[in-house]
Amino acid sequence: MLEINNLHARVDDKEILKGLNLAIRPGEVHAIMGPNGAGKSTLSNVIAGREGYDVTSGEILFENQDLLALEPETRACEGIFLGFQYPVEIPGVSNMTLLKAAMNARRKHRGQDEIPPGDFLAWVRDRAKLVKIDPKMLSRGVNEGFSGGEKKRNEILQMLILEPRLMILDETDSGLDIDALKVVSDGINALRSPERSTVLVTHYQRLLDYVQPDFVHVLARGRIVKSGGPELAKELEEKGYGWLEAA
Amino acid sequence: MAANPQANIQDVTAMVAGRKLYSAGFITDIEADKVAPGLNEDVIRLISAKKDEPEWLLNFRLKAYRRWLKMTEPDWAHVNYEKVDYQSISYYSQPKSMKDGPKSLDEVDPKLLETYKKLGIPLREQEMLAGVQNVAVDVVFDSVSVGTTFKKKLAEAGVIFCPLSEAVKTHPELVQKYLGTVVPFGDNFFAALNTAVFTEGSFVYIPKGVRCPMELSTYFRINERNTGQFERTLIIAAEGSHVSYLEGCTAPQRDENQLHAAVVELVALDDAEIKYSTVQNWYPGDENGKGGIYNFVTKRGDCRGARSKISWTQVETGSAITWKYPSCVLRGDDSVGEFYSVALTNHRQQADTGTKMIHVGKRTKSTIVSKGIAAGHGQQTYRGLVRILDSAEGARNYTQCDSLLIGDQCGAHTFPYTEVRNPSATLEHEATTSKIADDQLFYCRARGIGEEEAVSMIVNGFCKDVFKELPMEFAVEAQKLLAVSLEGAVG
Repeated sequence: MLEINNLHARVDDKEILKGLNLAIRPGEVHAIMGPNGAGKSTLSNVIAGREGYDVTSGEILFENQDLLALEPETRACEGIFLGFQYPVEIPGVSNMTLLKAAMNARRKHRGQDEIPPGDFLAWVRDRAKLVKIDPKMLSRGVNEGFSGGEKKRNEILQMLILEPRLMILDETDSGLDIDALKVVSDGINALRSPERSTVLVTHYQRLLDYVQPDFVHVLARGRIVKSGGPELAKELEEKGYGWLEAA
Repeated sequence: MAANPQANIQDVTAMVAGRKLYSAGFITDIEADKVAPGLNEDVIRLISAKKDEPEWLLNFRLKAYRRWLKMTEPDWAHVNYEKVDYQSISYYSQPKSMKDGPKSLDEVDPKLLETYKKLGIPLREQEMLAGVQNVAVDVVFDSVSVGTTFKKKLAEAGVIFCPLSEAVKTHPELVQKYLGTVVPFGDNFFAALNTAVFTEGSFVYIPKGVRCPMELSTYFRINERNTGQFERTLIIAAEGSHVSYLEGCTAPQRDENQLHAAVVELVALDDAEIKYSTVQNWYPGDENGKGGIYNFVTKRGDCRGARSKISWTQVETGSAITWKYPSCVLRGDDSVGEFYSVALTNHRQQADTGTKMIHVGKRTKSTIVSKGIAAGHGQQTYRGLVRILDSAEGARNYTQCDSLLIGDQCGAHTFPYTEVRNPSATLEHEATTSKIADDQLFYCRARGIGEEEAVSMIVNGFCKDVFKELPMEFAVEAQKLLAVSLEGAVG
């Protein structure tokens, strides 16, 4: 599904990713862990296509097409979803407006007609239950006045509604209490399927207790320095990252 | 009803010749559709004679003209433009002949047509707006179904809604009683000019206790096809009445007049309410600032009665230069004034707009919500005055003015003035200037929404507090209009 080869990327003339390789097959859940400043968020942003993240060499293939040649909105329409570490507020634009525009952009991309408003409403209500969001909240401005936990749950709700094929969750677990963490994990698990892949970018092992990864990678100094199964996360929890960074 | 203008010419010519008021050369000019460019007392007498006006009205015009001659064009607004040569304008022309218009849509500026398409305007209506020959408004709106029902309903309610020139004849006592009492003839340079030469406009009278059964819209005022260059509107809401008036339409209209200097006067008596909404979308000029309308308007509402209310809502996206301050004089005790505004300037457009709230009566209340959006090389100025007089015990004002910048070539400026002469007044003021943040844009794009749609969505969100004040159907159109006006603002 996703293949990253020898990726080098810089932010403000500073090289952050220095030859990163990663391959994700359909249905797999990959956790990317690592110390602060290792380049985890840079990786998420490069995949989603954020401006200011310059790829200097290497390639990213998404279902065998050159992802880096696509605009961010096209990547999203092709099925990539980035769950933001810091979801932004957009005052006056209701969550429903944003979601509907996002949904219809995808449908247009696939040559489908706009979704009938009634169907859309029913679908949103159904999905909102999964993450315990009161549908009334959705008539409010995007993330406007939402608590930190609500913002993260809202990210998961958007994902549940849009049903992407590749989900990249950038520190979605940070700042969540245990109940919210469970709700968020349930949301992620609800979307797990043999056709869908997930990348969990996280600091802590905590989330991985709820969302069982197939692979765990350690990102340090701009590269994947170690890969393994779920047991690697446990090892990191005990030993920290120091022993790998020194290696 | 308006008489056939062609038939009138002969009468006027004869009358004028009889009075020997005009030179022979001038009479020849009258026989043409237009009088020669230039402004003098003879031209004003001619306009008045053509409209068969009573003497008091002619004198009103002449007084204004004589005052205007002594006035200088204001230059305090934050706008730059090439000065208008007032002697090069023709101040009277027959209601525009169909012969001047394009023969079909093929002859109309393709850019204009593209805009119509984006706004989803039906073909017949497009032809009407573009001034294509032989398409009159009543053809578009089917005079029988819309026009007649509309007239009948209003007549039943006792509402008077007609061209001002008609009201001068049919209801002279009302016109004389109120005209020029809100915006005096010498109020300002452009108002004085308008008073001297106005030729078209609307008159509305809502009788005591009547709630006008429909939104009154100039769009449906089928007698007069062209919006005038010097339009004059007078709306009177008698005791306990209520009216909502819509001015303009969201589609840009073909218009060859560069200067527009309108005057709008509103009078609300005890317990009356007037809601006046404008969508202004005149030609803004091209990307480089060539062409475009100068919109120099004086709009003022007089809350003359106790507990009366006047509310202005405007969406200004057109014109090259906008100079406009819809105001309220809160004379009656407990009267309320409101001003909700969205102004957008893209490319080389400049807008200096805002309001004046003059608190005279006790416990008068005013609310100002202004949203300015500047994109491209657009310049955006909010200018507002809140004046609390000695007599305005317990007056309150709330002002919020927000500016949104798109790109780094545009500018937003805020000039709030306050004058408080009664210490019991409460004033609140909030102002923000923000840029569409890159992370807001990226957030939308990462959800699959294209850049232009994302910008228009964010801008619409910014304007929400004002749009919700618009009548429903207008609000939807205003959103579309904003999207069209923002095209090319990013990237």
